[in-house]
Amino acid sequence: MEILNDTITDVDGLWKLMESIPDPEIPVISITDLGIVRTIELQGKNVEVSITPTYSGCPAMDMIAMQIKMELLSRGFSPVIKTVLSPAWTTDWISPAAKEKLNAYGIAPPSLSTEKNAVVKCPLCNSSHTEMISHFGSTACKALYRCNDCKECFDLFKCH
Amino acid sequence: MQFPLSYILHLADNNLILAQRNGDWCGHGPILEQDIAITNITLDVLGQARMLYQYAAEISNSMSGNNIVTEDTLAYLRKENEFKNCLLVEHPNGDWAQTVLKQYLFSQFQFFLYEELSNSNDERIAAIAVKSLKEISYHVKWSSEWVLRLGDGTAESHDRMTNAIDSLWMYTGEMFTPASYETFADLTKIMEKWMQAVKEIFEEATLAIPENMFMQVGGKNGVHTEHLGFLLTDLQYLQRTYPNAEW
Repeated sequence: MEILNDTITDVDGLWKLMESIPDPEIPVISITDLGIVRTIELQGKNVEVSITPTYSGCPAMDMIAMQIKMELLSRGFSPVIKTVLSPAWTTDWISPAAKEKLNAYGIAPPSLSTEKNAVVKCPLCNSSHTEMISHFGSTACKALYRCNDCKECFDLFKCH
Repeated sequence: MQFPLSYILHLADNNLILAQRNGDWCGHGPILEQDIAITNITLDVLGQARMLYQYAAEISNSMSGNNIVTEDTLAYLRKENEFKNCLLVEHPNGDWAQTVLKQYLFSQFQFFLYEELSNSNDERIAAIAVKSLKEISYHVKWSSEWVLRLGDGTAESHDRMTNAIDSLWMYTGEMFTPASYETFADLTKIMEKWMQAVKEIFEEATLAIPENMFMQVGGKNGVHTEHLGFLLTDLQYLQRTYPNAEW
């Protein structure tokens, strides 16, 4: 792993580092975009990062914890990764900018939990004429949709 | 406050055993989307089991003063009569009708149970319950849709769903029969809600709820059907044959 010359001395720097770690399944957004990183504490060289799982069984969580650990170790820190369960993760924590990145990547972003019956737009042609094929898509967090205009299938990041 | 170990293991075992059963469908679902659906549900159910086993392991180690128990030893190295899951979840998959009915009857129960546990005094259990409930709502929706589709479908699908009810109903009573360690949720209240929800789905699906059926119990106290031993033989094979194997 590449060891960068810029040294991190404060928590802000650590947050920036976390922003550079991509989600293993959806590499266009970072683990901070998703709201997985909850808190970071720094004391000397000891860093404690608290992360929260998206779905209980999400297999990417172990990999994310490992990525954080490796990034911190390569910069000379002693990392401890903690898992917190409360408050439960929600897609409402995904930032508007990250939602745009998801859409550009071909995944329809989640609506806010306060929006009831939000229209799912096709990320390819922007049509609202879409229908669900299955509640469950390629990963636990996605549902499978079809666009009735451009006829393409696409994933929806489910509101959770 | 901390719930007793037996109760946490009971909750975890319910999920692990159901996940192991459902996992058999991987690659065998009736169509690709449904294969993915049931395996995704299984991933949630297993993830919930892991959170519960991790908690159980911490409690177990703090009681004994050494660090020998892990989520893995709880899943892979306990004997059949140490498992406290309900009989319903260990029942074989049978056909697709039996599988989706089992999922529905359990998910609907888990939904009302976890709603109560969300407000429990054990903060860790409350956090796990709140998190799991989001996932369980999907499971209830998916499995109840299948009960409707098959119950109110063709003569063949209706017959299969009726046979599934005949096979599984006698195991539903146990969910509401408290074990000695189970004093944290009002199972009578949960049963009323569950019965009401199941009645509505069954009515719409043109299915009848069996009456006066003898209810089997025992799983919560480690007295299982003959099926669990075979299931554990599969589940635990690797750790039993190659102790401490890792990959």
